[in-house]
Amino acid sequence: MGEGEVGVTTAQHEQPTPALYPAHYEPPHGPTWRLFFGPGFGRALWLTPLFFAIGMFLVVGLRYWWGWNPIWDWTVIVSVGGMIAAPIGFLAGIGAFDYWLYYLSGRPTRPEDHSGHGAQSWKDYFRVNTDHKVIGIQYLCTTFFFFVAGGFMAMLFRAELARPGLQFLDSQAFNGLVSVHATLMIFLFIIPAFAGIANFVVPLMLGAPDMAFPRLNALSYWLLPIAGVMFIASFLAPGGAFGAGWTGYAPLSVDGPVGNIFFNMGVQWAGASSIMTALNFLVTIITMRAPGMTFWRMPLLVWANFTTSLLVVIATPFIAGSQFFVFFDRVLHTDFFTPSGGGYVLGYQHIFWFYSHPAVYIMMLPGFGIVSEVISTMSRKPIFGYRLMALSLIGILVLGFSVWAHHMFVAGMANWLRVPMMITTLLIAVPTGIKIFSWIATLWRGRIHLTTPMLFALGFVTMFTIGGLSGIYLGSVPIDIHASDTYFIVAHIHYVLFGGSVFTIFAGIYYWFPKMTGRMYDERLGKAHFWLTFVSFNATFFPMHYLGLRGMNRRVFDYPEAFGNLNFFISIASFVLGASVVVFFYNMIMSWAHGPEAGGNPWRSHTLEWQVSSPPPIFNFDEIPQVVGGPYEYGVPGARHAVLAPAKTAEEVHA
Amino acid sequence: MRRGIVQLVVIGLVIAAVLTVVALRLKWLPTSASVQFDRIQDVYWLATGIAIAIFSLVAAVVIFSVWKWRVPLDDDADGPPIHGNTGLEIAWTAVPAILVIIIGVVSAVVLAKNGEAGSTPPLNVTVIGQQFAWKFVYPEYKNKTSGELVLPLGKQAKFTMKSVDVIHSFWVPNFGQKMDAVPGINTTIYVTPTRLGNYQVVCAELCGLGHATMRAKARVVSPAQFETWAKGKSA
Repeated sequence: MGEGEVGVTTAQHEQPTPALYPAHYEPPHGPTWRLFFGPGFGRALWLTPLFFAIGMFLVVGLRYWWGWNPIWDWTVIVSVGGMIAAPIGFLAGIGAFDYWLYYLSGRPTRPEDHSGHGAQSWKDYFRVNTDHKVIGIQYLCTTFFFFVAGGFMAMLFRAELARPGLQFLDSQAFNGLVSVHATLMIFLFIIPAFAGIANFVVPLMLGAPDMAFPRLNALSYWLLPIAGVMFIASFLAPGGAFGAGWTGYAPLSVDGPVGNIFFNMGVQWAGASSIMTALNFLVTIITMRAPGMTFWRMPLLVWANFTTSLLVVIATPFIAGSQFFVFFDRVLHTDFFTPSGGGYVLGYQHIFWFYSHPAVYIMMLPGFGIVSEVISTMSRKPIFGYRLMALSLIGILVLGFSVWAHHMFVAGMANWLRVPMMITTLLIAVPTGIKIFSWIATLWRGRIHLTTPMLFALGFVTMFTIGGLSGIYLGSVPIDIHASDTYFIVAHIHYVLFGGSVFTIFAGIYYWFPKMTGRMYDERLGKAHFWLTFVSFNATFFPMHYLGLRGMNRRVFDYPEAFGNLNFFISIASFVLGASVVVFFYNMIMSWAHGPEAGGNPWRSHTLEWQVSSPPPIFNFDEIPQVVGGPYEYGVPGARHAVLAPAKTAEEVHA
Repeated sequence: MRRGIVQLVVIGLVIAAVLTVVALRLKWLPTSASVQFDRIQDVYWLATGIAIAIFSLVAAVVIFSVWKWRVPLDDDADGPPIHGNTGLEIAWTAVPAILVIIIGVVSAVVLAKNGEAGSTPPLNVTVIGQQFAWKFVYPEYKNKTSGELVLPLGKQAKFTMKSVDVIHSFWVPNFGQKMDAVPGINTTIYVTPTRLGNYQVVCAELCGLGHATMRAKARVVSPAQFETWAKGKSA
């Protein structure tokens, strides 16, 4: 890979005063044993098993002391040792806690030397790094790894579904693949991919040198691979991977094979990561805006991440709670969701959806932000109705908390709850409609540059409209009663999360690729990628509306013969969709290594991240910029978003 | 600009026409076999009409704008600085709000009607879901128990769902009605069959390894045939 280029360009940039920003961290040289005691993978290699052993002996010791049989209960040992203690050992090993532990233990804390900041070689991407730009790229590379893993699983079960009946999987493997596919795509791809883009872009857009809490930021990134490894490792569990769907409804998830605890605990790590990142964004956006950057001058991407972070902070603890309850029901034999013990089965769904419906907006609002940036810049026009665009985000945020039970219209909940939830659900169409109409009004009479990010943004606008409209069908209780739990739902969520979120992630990556790498991607390959994705996406998911309405229920490996041909067609289309990603990776890797220099502002955008070099200097701005106007004043003569001090010469810096 | 508007409208109408043909020519819904599904299909067509209109509008503006105002990538001029239009913004807040309220009111009415017991007492059927089979119990016929659902034509049936293990969901696609069978609580739906024939009961909620195969036969027969069947010994 070409990460090296990033470092080279960064290093070429003028380094500010040495007293303020001392030299870059060098890993300790000297005897080999130091490799195993300094922060890094060497130390993690022995701390992880050590912590596992501590967790294991805690379990075994306590069970022995209390005389519980069996003393070696592997479910509990794996939960405590493997899923709580070992990850903490790993984090301690790579050095995520070093600074705090120095401080806590009263040892002389190292003065903030920014030693973990910035990247000069590819190795810096494998360290606990506190630079928001490095963390952003760490997020994106990690999430795309899991995107491929999740996509591969999808193609496996699509191959299984090409014909009715079982072909080459068994039903446990099928349920496991479906569940892990959804879990990876949601928790390890869409949510953190947006966090990655926002990590890179938001501090730059605000005119800030970094996030408010860089060490917390590094920690929240490193929690993520732990969750991903846990989800995938569930395939190794006796009885197979968790197979109760990504929704993990109790009591099935309580009674199912032990693989379910991998889901219960993995979600905790991914959730903790989200919550910490969201807090970090909130504090950064509230306190670190450059002078003059009022809320009404913030780019819509910042607005979007502000509202998303509020959603995350308020909602995510609920899924953590729901999974802990399921975990306790299994391991501690509590009765939260066991009717015979006084538990309430629907309670799980209420708590779960109180997070998981807002989660849909967590997976969509950042995309709205990205698309607003791309459409305004590429149409060379101010975003249409900027204030209403920002307010509609707030509207979605507020309404988003009042609709969770629309996932439960056929779940047997209180009947009176259905109509109020239907009304709030349908009303969400209003702020969403405002956004769609404002984007297309931004196109109107613009000067449209049909670049790859713009293609993905326009693909998003149309595909997300389909997803929103099928949402109207599902919002209407009577239609939902027929269509719920069928392939219509599968079609709807893929139009929202793939045609919606994933398209915006692609738009964002193409749009900021020159900023992140300093190089330009290949436009022809980008367009090929878009059209291949767009066509095969529709071929894969549009027929699913039909299948669902006609009577094909979801999460089944077998279906009536009559649906055979259409399913075969869908499977073929899904393989093309999978293959389209190869074009994307080829483009990214080759352009990162050999692409032409992009320059600081290839899109002639007004927002702040484009006013610095590509990739940006280590602390983003030599001097904090002064914001003097709105972010999208295209076509307004003489309008500026911000005034930046001219780059200083070396003599001035050292004077 | 007037010519442009005409072109835009033509693009929109073409898209709408194609979508209407697709919506009408393909048989998107199973044949309705119940009074309840007839009503649901009415709501479905209302929603489809609105969906086609809105999608055609959005797609037409996107296609028209790209067609009209696309410039080469090295163009370095800016578009006109239009920041908004209060009238338009009010319009596209109010019109969708009105449309969704219409759908909401119609849906609420249909939901209420579908949940109403008829004037004559309904036929009671207890549906018992368990991994991975359905059992149907007829309390008015000495708790006759059957693995096959048999219903008399034209008589409202009240289903009470129970589950002995995990959550299942009772669904007959041709009846358009669905309800989860939840351990610990009883849930109900009404179905009034309107069409003789054989249908399928499917489990719509993931219930474990055998979820895909958890099906049963549903038969709608004439009231006389039903009486004979229900009073007969054979299950």
